[in-house]
Amino acid sequence: MPELLRIRDLNAWYGESHVLHGVDMAVNEGEVVTLLGRNGAGRTTTLKSILGLVDKRRGSIQLDGSEVINRPTHRIARQGLLGYCPEERGIFSRLNVDENLNLPPRLSRHGMPVEEIYAMFPNLAERRRSLGTQLSGGEQQMLAMARILRTGARLLLLDEITEGLAPVIVKTLGETIQQIKQRGLTIVLVEQNFHFAAPLADRHYIMEHGRVAEVVEAADVEAKEAHIKRLLSV
Amino acid sequence: MHLNVILAQTMLGLSAGVFYAMLSLGLAIIFGLLNVINFAHGALYMLGAFVALIGYSYIGPWLGYDDFHLGFWWALIVAPVVVGCFGMLIERFMLRRLYQFDHIYGLLLTFGIALILQGLMSRYFNVSGTAYGGQPDSLSGIVNLGFMYFPTYRLFAIVVSIIVCVVTWFVIERTSLGAVLRAGVENPRLVEAFGINVPRLITLTFGFGVGLAALAGVLAAPIYSVSPLMGANLIITVFAVVVIGGMGSIGGAIVTGLALGLVQGLTQALYPPASETVIFFIMVIVLLIRPAGLFGKDTAS
Ligand SMILES: Nc1ncnc2c1ncn2[C@@H]1O[C@H](COP(=O)(O)OP(=O)(O)O)[C@@H](O)[C@H]1O
Ligand SMILES: [Mg+2]
Repeated sequence: MPELLRIRDLNAWYGESHVLHGVDMAVNEGEVVTLLGRNGAGRTTTLKSILGLVDKRRGSIQLDGSEVINRPTHRIARQGLLGYCPEERGIFSRLNVDENLNLPPRLSRHGMPVEEIYAMFPNLAERRRSLGTQLSGGEQQMLAMARILRTGARLLLLDEITEGLAPVIVKTLGETIQQIKQRGLTIVLVEQNFHFAAPLADRHYIMEHGRVAEVVEAADVEAKEAHIKRLLSV
Repeated sequence: MHLNVILAQTMLGLSAGVFYAMLSLGLAIIFGLLNVINFAHGALYMLGAFVALIGYSYIGPWLGYDDFHLGFWWALIVAPVVVGCFGMLIERFMLRRLYQFDHIYGLLLTFGIALILQGLMSRYFNVSGTAYGGQPDSLSGIVNLGFMYFPTYRLFAIVVSIIVCVVTWFVIERTSLGAVLRAGVENPRLVEAFGINVPRLITLTFGFGVGLAALAGVLAAPIYSVSPLMGANLIITVFAVVVIGGMGSIGGAIVTGLALGLVQGLTQALYPPASETVIFFIMVIVLLIRPAGLFGKDTAS
């Protein structure tokens, strides 16, 4: 399987503060990979660094074999066919649901048609004309996911999509991830919630202090569960 | 007071208000995406008027074709394009370098550009103004509005300005192109992360806002005399309009501009000595009651 994303010795800074200290990871096409870790471990920053949304970065980020670390953000997104779902969801408050959904430009021909997306998220279909801020947290999260499915992105970067949501919605999101995976999309999933992530992922990268502390293949999760939980516990 | 007098002053107020509206609209669009208060806006308005004047009276002789005149209708298109391109160069090569610093640097840069443009034009043109001779015959004369006789050209300028404002509002608030702009105002980094070339969007937006100023300048040329300081005088009032309306809203900029033109016109009828200061008086009141302006969002809270 071709390697879609390869990160080597990634360092990243916010202003003067050095946050990532040599992250290494790789994601093959069709895989679901998680970034686990305690708050402040550097998972969000890793996703942002891929997109060039930090102040400074060093190292290597290859998307589908080509180096992108010096490219501007919009070119990285197009080159890598990236779909980004930020931690704060990033629903635009002055845009309605339809406009939010249609905002990101199509990156490839493989995007889901809008009607299919609304069938997948029926709650959103009922609220097409509502402004972004009038949605509940769960609806905003659905919209943030729906928005990147439309574009034909091939590699999804999802940041804490279950954070602060009710268990039923978390369950729906889990099913959505399964469906997306079956479509052959590749996913990097930042999570706090190990029980949500464990059954979905092919591999887990556990981060600590801006580094990858441990890589656990799905097959080894059971054997290493106690160890993983210790790494994640506060 | 006679109703006709009020209606007449309304029309006169409107003909000033459309200029406030077009200029504050451009300022609001630029501020939204760039977070820069464009102090060069008045100078670029002046430049628009000069493109019309130079095109009509000077460029022919300069090039050795004494009877060439760039007509008014052409000027309406050429001036916004020329000044818009000039604005895009300013953004691309100067302003862009300053976004990483405090907004005050962008403001200072545009202020400096305004001074340079005014200084340069003052060297070559009469500071007390030059009459623009290119007003088309079809727009000369007066029309009977029922309650008053009104200069045809002023009516034309009002109608064109309002159409331009409404179309601009519609494109920004109701189309998918405008959705990109609104999203960019809110969260430019995320918009760029979706693959949209935000730096180019910013350049084009600045060019468009500045082009609006130039268009206002061309429309003003037949009414007021064209002078290097015409923008400096007007922009002070326009900044007061912007403060009153608040920077947040496109529709708010248009409505406030028109409304304050009307207020000024009516003050002229009711109590002439106050007509120059009434806008600043309103500004003080609004600042006391709603510091973020009538349509602005209170970001402090
Ligand atoms: N915008 C920022 N400016 C400065 N420091 C930041 C910023 N965002 C995050 N950090 C710091 O970077 C470190 C990693 O944060 P983050 O990547 O958000 O962690 P995680 O997503 O794993 O919780 C933390 O110590 C955090 O305080
Ligand atoms: Mg995070």
